[in-house]
Amino acid sequence: MVSMPAALRRLKLGRLVPLLWLGPAIALIGVVVLWPVVVMVQSSFQQIGGEGFVAGYNGTKNYTRLFDQPDFIPVLLRTLIWVVVVVAVTVLISLALAQLFHQRFPGRRVARWALIIPWAASVMMTALIFKWALDPNVGVINVILHHLGVVRQLGSSQADWLGNPTSALAWMMGVAIFVSLPFTTYAILSGLQGIPGDVYEAASIDGATSWKGYLAVTLPLLRPAILVATLINVINVFNSFPIIWEMTRGGPGYETATSTIYMVELKQGNVGQSASMSVINFLLVIVIVLVYLSTTRWKEQVDQ
Amino acid sequence: VITTTEPAPRIAARARSAPRARRPLRTWLFAGAAYLVALIFLLPYLEMLVMAGRPNNELGKPTIFPSHFTFSNFTTLWSGDGLGGSIGTSLQIAAGATVIVLLVALPAAYYTARRKFRGRTAFLLLVLATQMFQPAAMLVGIQREFINFGLPPTLSLIVVNAGFNLAFAVWILNAFFSSIPVELEEAAMVEGLGRVGALLRITLPLAAPGIVTALIFTFIAAWNEFLVALTLSLGQSPSQQPLPVAINNYIGQYSVDWGHLFAAGLVATVPVIILFAFIERRVVSGLTAGAVK
Repeated sequence: MVSMPAALRRLKLGRLVPLLWLGPAIALIGVVVLWPVVVMVQSSFQQIGGEGFVAGYNGTKNYTRLFDQPDFIPVLLRTLIWVVVVVAVTVLISLALAQLFHQRFPGRRVARWALIIPWAASVMMTALIFKWALDPNVGVINVILHHLGVVRQLGSSQADWLGNPTSALAWMMGVAIFVSLPFTTYAILSGLQGIPGDVYEAASIDGATSWKGYLAVTLPLLRPAILVATLINVINVFNSFPIIWEMTRGGPGYETATSTIYMVELKQGNVGQSASMSVINFLLVIVIVLVYLSTTRWKEQVDQ
Repeated sequence: VITTTEPAPRIAARARSAPRARRPLRTWLFAGAAYLVALIFLLPYLEMLVMAGRPNNELGKPTIFPSHFTFSNFTTLWSGDGLGGSIGTSLQIAAGATVIVLLVALPAAYYTARRKFRGRTAFLLLVLATQMFQPAAMLVGIQREFINFGLPPTLSLIVVNAGFNLAFAVWILNAFFSSIPVELEEAAMVEGLGRVGALLRITLPLAAPGIVTALIFTFIAAWNEFLVALTLSLGQSPSQQPLPVAINNYIGQYSVDWGHLFAAGLVATVPVIILFAFIERRVVSGLTAGAVK
């Protein structure tokens, strides 16, 4: 040991220094994020019942049986519509809200503060409030709609918004948009604050009207903020669980289930099949992220 | 009195200059619209208060407001299998996850901000990747892994919540450490503070806003987390279940105890909203920083 050249020893120890600082973080990511993926993929090829007992290797049967489920394709299509509608509407409304909250007016701080409440509160609670408010007999939304004459009779099937798959999905998308607005608006607001004022002066000298100026000047400069906010929203909305779980449990049947809800429902009876659904879910997230990144980059190249 | 004095300032304002008089109106239009939006964002949570204070015998009445406000739902929250135990469990999970995140993220963020070394980019990419994946996407794996570990659910939830909030903490702390000039630390070391002294007396206090943001953000995320909590605390006694799961126990098979549910919801929500107000501005930069770099 003593004969070992000091330089060599220092080099070897030196290589280990980053591990000293980063090691705990890598270990935590490994245990909580990476290893579950391995377990999940492994489980997707095993026969595991609802109680978690492993009955043995199952080949690709979990996958082939999953593809044969009549609900499988509708669930995937619904997930796609869910993500596209919720994210698109969220970003459009947030662009308007950010513009509004970027203006100077008395009480702006307080108004902005109210905006963050759905973000800070748990999504589960927000979903439960709306579930209550849509109660066919006494829910406050129905009571108000009844006063306005939109809902003819309380307790009727017309008032049972969550009992009908189409209206249930529409309301749940509304809730998903509602809870996504604060972060998206704030992200775009911070983008707006990063645009120097003289850019607008230059635009107004060129005679751009406010709407034209917005399209020609503001929107392109907001691009990075919009891209990042959209990407984070896509991931959040795709994985969204509490809203549908609390409001309809994916029912009636699986008619309002997205892939995350479907995976959780499957888990109660057949963990192996739920694992294969999770793997597909997981691959979909990766595909969506890659497609999104490549199309936006592709557009960048076209624009230039 | 008012009617006689009112026209005078109007005329005066018009006399000053016509285009300038337009501006206050525009400002108030924006203000009015913004207040309206703020009210819409507030309404669902006000409804939670209205429901929590509604007398139980009025739960079946289709009225917007109850005849009077009662605190009985709040006072009875704590009796029997009450909420106290769940609040304790949730506090343990949120505080435990926050402590782990800070202990793990601080050295990683500091080192990546200060040193260039092989594997630095790979590490930051790994962190960014974890931000892209949420527990929902790998729930089955998490459930099977932690059941095999045989860890008690509360401890499992501490570790899982720490893992999924690490990325945010690393990004925001990394940004803060990068913005503190190395020269400041070196000067302190020359002054005889030593490396550790410089870190503790100079760098950490300057990074305090980032540390507070990471701390509050992790705490809130772990406090609100629902899906993994629901999965891992299944079959536990109600007082061992985290608050979001316990709140769901007010939902029975045939009826829902809305009064208690919303009273408990307020107890769970109000502190978190107040905490979040402290960090609102920096959260956006922490969430988007990773994706921009």
